Amino acid sequence: MSQVSTSPSMTALGVTAKPERRDIGLGRRYAAERRFRLYGMAAIAFGLLFLFLLLFSVVSKGYTAFQQTMITIPVEFSAEIIDKDNERATNPQKLVSANYPVVARNALAKVLGVGEDDRAGLRAVNGMISDSVRVQFRNLVTTDPSIIGTTRTVTFLAHGDLDSAFKGQIDLAVPENNRKVSDKQVGWMNTLAESGALAKHFNTGLFTNGASSRPEAAGVGVAAIGSLYMMLIVLVLSLPIGVAASIYLEEFAPKNRFTDLIEVNINNLAAVPSIVYGLLGLAVFVNFAGFPRSAALVGGLVLTLMTLPTIIIATRAALKAVPPSIRSAALGLGASKMQTVFHHVLPLAMPGILTGTIIGLAHALGETAPLLLIGMVAFVADVPATPMDPATALPVQIYMWANEAERAFVERTSGAIIVLLIFLILMNVGAILLRRRFERRW
Amino acid sequence: MNMMSEAAVEKALDKKMNDISYKMIGKDVSVYYGDKRALYDVNLNVRENTVTALIGPSGCGKSTFLRTLNRMNDTIDGCRVTGRITLDTDDIYDPAIDVVELRARVGMVFQKPNPFPKSIYENVAYGPRIHGLAKSKADLDAIVERSLQKAGLWNEVKDRLQEGGTGLSGGQQQRLCIARAVAVSPEVILMDEPCSALDPIATAKVEELIHELRANFTIVIVTHSMQQAARVSQRTAMFHLGNLVEENDTDKMFTNPDDQRTQDYIMGRFG
Repeated sequence: MSQVSTSPSMTALGVTAKPERRDIGLGRRYAAERRFRLYGMAAIAFGLLFLFLLLFSVVSKGYTAFQQTMITIPVEFSAEIIDKDNERATNPQKLVSANYPVVARNALAKVLGVGEDDRAGLRAVNGMISDSVRVQFRNLVTTDPSIIGTTRTVTFLAHGDLDSAFKGQIDLAVPENNRKVSDKQVGWMNTLAESGALAKHFNTGLFTNGASSRPEAAGVGVAAIGSLYMMLIVLVLSLPIGVAASIYLEEFAPKNRFTDLIEVNINNLAAVPSIVYGLLGLAVFVNFAGFPRSAALVGGLVLTLMTLPTIIIATRAALKAVPPSIRSAALGLGASKMQTVFHHVLPLAMPGILTGTIIGLAHALGETAPLLLIGMVAFVADVPATPMDPATALPVQIYMWANEAERAFVERTSGAIIVLLIFLILMNVGAILLRRRFERRW
Repeated sequence: MNMMSEAAVEKALDKKMNDISYKMIGKDVSVYYGDKRALYDVNLNVRENTVTALIGPSGCGKSTFLRTLNRMNDTIDGCRVTGRITLDTDDIYDPAIDVVELRARVGMVFQKPNPFPKSIYENVAYGPRIHGLAKSKADLDAIVERSLQKAGLWNEVKDRLQEGGTGLSGGQQQRLCIARAVAVSPEVILMDEPCSALDPIATAKVEELIHELRANFTIVIVTHSMQQAARVSQRTAMFHLGNLVEENDTDKMFTNPDDQRTQDYIMGRFG
């Protein structure tokens, strides 16, 4: 083309000659643009790499927590051990305090062919069984005392160390004295596994059980219920309070020095370290108001205080983003201020408000520090029936398990993190769905 | 009615003398935005069933004056209005006057079409609904149809009343906004440069509409287009630097204005 346009024949036709090209720094500008794009891509790649590393580390360590090694064998509920003197009709305490672990040990010893005189053998057999059989068998017998004296096939938890060994998490190359499972136990484990008596099952206990010092019986059930109570309290309190405060500040309040001060303070509160809210909650809700310690109610109140600034800021931004022409249109028709806000402005701001609220809730769900101060970092084994009962929260449970020494708690820590992440993903999906639903109205 | 205001008496006298009825009377109207004064003692009367055009260069205060007529200036922080404006016999800045009721009597159409992000039907039905003008669903349907017909939009949208109002073209949106204002059955309709965002064809339609609406409503229109003022209005008021320069019959204004500044502006020598 350039040849054609500068050819003498075209100049002869009256086409103007091309002036000399100016250097307007095009090469430099394009290079800067390319560089900037590269920086951007590098930043995103960096972020993705760490996200991938995080997920890989958590999932690879935690996926085994969703399976638990269990032993299924015929168990003789011997009257000899449970209720030797046949007192259960007169003394109900008898069935509660009976020595059930021995029942399980004898059953397993029988299957493995360990004699009743082999004390060392019996101890090794006992080490394969979770201590949680005491509670499990007690519940079986107290609900149906007629099984005493009969033999039933029962599935019960293997000991946490055996579970770790069965999942290949214990290095068998380490000298026998330095590891938690002996060679004999590993041999038995393999025999039982071959016969099908020992197998991995889906770990429902992880979702239903409370805290336990025995890793194989520990679960996030109590923590999940505690977190659920707190989320409900946060939602019920912070959404109406936050939205009402934002609507008043944005649409009704006069713009003066006092409202400016309030605005600055709200923005500052959003940046206050969460542990400070914990101290505030301890002083106000526990010491002054006298609410019970470790209760989900207090946790929920503290997290509400913490979430409010986030929700108010998000809601105000959403209200600000509604075009003023919509307000003018409604006011010009004779709508009152309140009708204008509730009929036109609020519905348009709804997607932004919901997104802000759910982000605030997700923050609150993952918050640990303030809960430590109000006593929610406690060993709670029973599911809280009301928000006034002692409870823990998912992130606190993770924190506590991370401090445990047993190998089996490592996978549980990661498993609990996975559960927490799934909750967060569900909440975010909920936010996206709600936003879509509200945005669809033109 | 022995408590008639001074302005009302004036109006009655004026009517008797000239056989002209004034719908709205503005007396010594001044507007301040904070410390800045935007209007200087404007005296301007709006005649009933007449289209009054407000012209003048940008920033001359014509939109500000228009917005004092239904107190839309109230929504601006730091805005202060002095002087007196009456609608019929009511002083609209009297504390006893409810601004919501005033705006139901003095409707407004804005510069940029601003339909609600709702259906066409809902856009028109909103005003009657909040003011309780319709007794039944059928009643409301009738108001919507009549308003859309008055706005010349009925034939174009009657089959898609439930579709979004923002999906219409710019000109249709502006006529929807006019239908929305008409649906409340106001006495006065204020239009703030209603055609500035529209193409010539849509503008022609809206102008034709203004012409027809004159039979039932008193209209005050702010416009930047001299030709539009000449085409649609019977009375024209020229503003400059916050002052009312001249107010006259449109024909006289565009052929033989009294004031030199009007002459210069219309001839395009400034502005």
